[in-house]
Amino acid sequence: MSNDRYGILIVDDEFSVRDSLFHWFRKDGFRVGAAENAAAALQELQKEPWDVALLDIKMPGMDGMELLRRVRQVSPDTVVLMLTAHGTVETAVEALKIGAYDYLTKPIDPDELVRVVTKALQHRRLADENAQLRTKIAVLSESDELVSGSPQMKRVMDMIDSLAPTDVTVLIRGESGTGKELVARAIHARSNRRFFPHVAINCGALPESLLESELFGHERGAFTGAQHRRRGKLEQADGGTLFLDEVGSISLRTQVELLRVLETKEFARIGGQKAIRVDFRVVCATNQSLEELVAKKEMREDLYFRINVFRIDLPPLRERDGDVPLLARHFLKHFATKTDKEVTDLAPDALAALSRHSWPGNVRELKNVIERAVILAEPPVVRAKDLVAVAGVAAPAEAPEALGSLADSEKAHIARVLERCGWNISQAARVLEVDRVTLYNKIKKYGLREQ
Amino acid sequence: MTALWLVPFELHDPPGLLPWLGHRLEPTFRVQARVLEGPLDVAACLDKRRGQYDTRALLTRLLELPEQGLILGVTSADLFLSIFTFVIGEACLGGRAAVVSTYRLHEERYGLPPDPDRMRDRLVKEAVHELGHCHGLVHCGDSRCVMHASSAAEDVDLKGYELCSTCHRSVANARGRG
Ligand SMILES: [Zn+2]
Ligand SMILES: [Zn+2]
Repeated sequence: MSNDRYGILIVDDEFSVRDSLFHWFRKDGFRVGAAENAAAALQELQKEPWDVALLDIKMPGMDGMELLRRVRQVSPDTVVLMLTAHGTVETAVEALKIGAYDYLTKPIDPDELVRVVTKALQHRRLADENAQLRTKIAVLSESDELVSGSPQMKRVMDMIDSLAPTDVTVLIRGESGTGKELVARAIHARSNRRFFPHVAINCGALPESLLESELFGHERGAFTGAQHRRRGKLEQADGGTLFLDEVGSISLRTQVELLRVLETKEFARIGGQKAIRVDFRVVCATNQSLEELVAKKEMREDLYFRINVFRIDLPPLRERDGDVPLLARHFLKHFATKTDKEVTDLAPDALAALSRHSWPGNVRELKNVIERAVILAEPPVVRAKDLVAVAGVAAPAEAPEALGSLADSEKAHIARVLERCGWNISQAARVLEVDRVTLYNKIKKYGLREQ
Repeated sequence: MTALWLVPFELHDPPGLLPWLGHRLEPTFRVQARVLEGPLDVAACLDKRRGQYDTRALLTRLLELPEQGLILGVTSADLFLSIFTFVIGEACLGGRAAVVSTYRLHEERYGLPPDPDRMRDRLVKEAVHELGHCHGLVHCGDSRCVMHASSAAEDVDLKGYELCSTCHRSVANARGRG
């Protein structure tokens, strides 16, 4: 879509090469042409402009080198990339001297192809136009989950707006579920780095050795079983934003290495020698007190100062005036559309129940509750009894039962949920938070049957 | 509702993967997923020298099946596409056949401990992505959209499971026409 104004011409005598590259670039949204020899290629170049041409070096008749010379004359604006087989790299280097922009070795590494073509397009100074198109996309995809009407969140949004275009390092603090990652994404989406990736990593979710591999990547054969090279998050974030979630849980050893990268913007993949230069903005998040960690010597003070340049404190949901009903309606609309259910509003008893709840799990908890409520609701409204996960809300709506065994109440509960979901197994499994296989087994075990 | 046939071949991942995958794909494309029983003979699509399956030949093979609707081949074997060293998946743009491989989605390939959840996440994204191509979608500039181009497993991790609103609308329109 964003590429549809650019044309790529493939010149190769082998059908399978033309065919596979043709389909590859079509999926990238390019206008694609193919020619099986130099003469056909020159004809194409006369008919319409081509931004990039891929020329096979070895072709019968006029070869790729000679064709390159002609292209330079008849269409000097076309960026030329050479295709070369293993063992003929010298010729490719020769081609660079007479004006080819870069070359690719067959068989082609898909990663390499993406990298070289992107560079070629930037070279053609198309990047600016491309950027305009992509700005629209970035604006469209900005998170709508930061929806809010409260003054507490308005302050946060104002901060995001003023910080985003600067390249300053940001530390986001807040309880879990308050949307720290969404804030990081919003900063990225409004920054000048928005055309590049936003790369998030949850530092608390990984043991030390894995976190290192995840951050730095590794070369093929760097350790046992590493059959393929892998790029790390630092490399993937190049040009964009690196979001380090739960930054307080990074081990002291990894902190040293991370600090070095943040200072020098340079690192090597594990098992590699080559220094890789990267350029990214850093946004961190935590629900811990980093000052306490520093006092306990669990966090290096120099790292703390490096990441704590500008701070955003995210308020918990219970302190956001008026946001619970607002967000609830927002999620309701979202899930109703997604599940194709004509649920349009929240009944007064549901709204009351939502506002009584203290939301320890914050926005994420509210979102989950509404998702399940939409599944259970009888259109057109969500009632209090549909809010199964809100403590003290759903229980009274059901008939009181005699005390029985755990299995009895499990059976009764599953039966009730199935009933309410109209025996839609997938939806019931979602509500019960088990997978479908588990639910099937329970249904069999208790001999439950649709009435 | 259109059928989506999940066709296993050379699939050594745990049983239950395909029904699970089908269930995840159903709402996105409004299809009814079914797993094709019985082995599919794909011996002719194997390039013995490379030890990889040729995706073009596989797509042709899948289209020979009598089943109507969309067809998604799923395999644990490594795939290639003529001059590319490897591909994770492939589809005919606007066609009805696609194929995805779990081979490079496993953390073990990179010498890391197994992470079945992450593997399944990647598989869903790749399957939605290739089926998106079947619905005529080209790569999307929105880095969160599942149609964003990604040629390596670590890049798949960066994008989301879902179609952005623009791509979603195109799919809905394609369905309306079809
Ligand atoms: Zn694709
Ligand atoms: Zn999209």
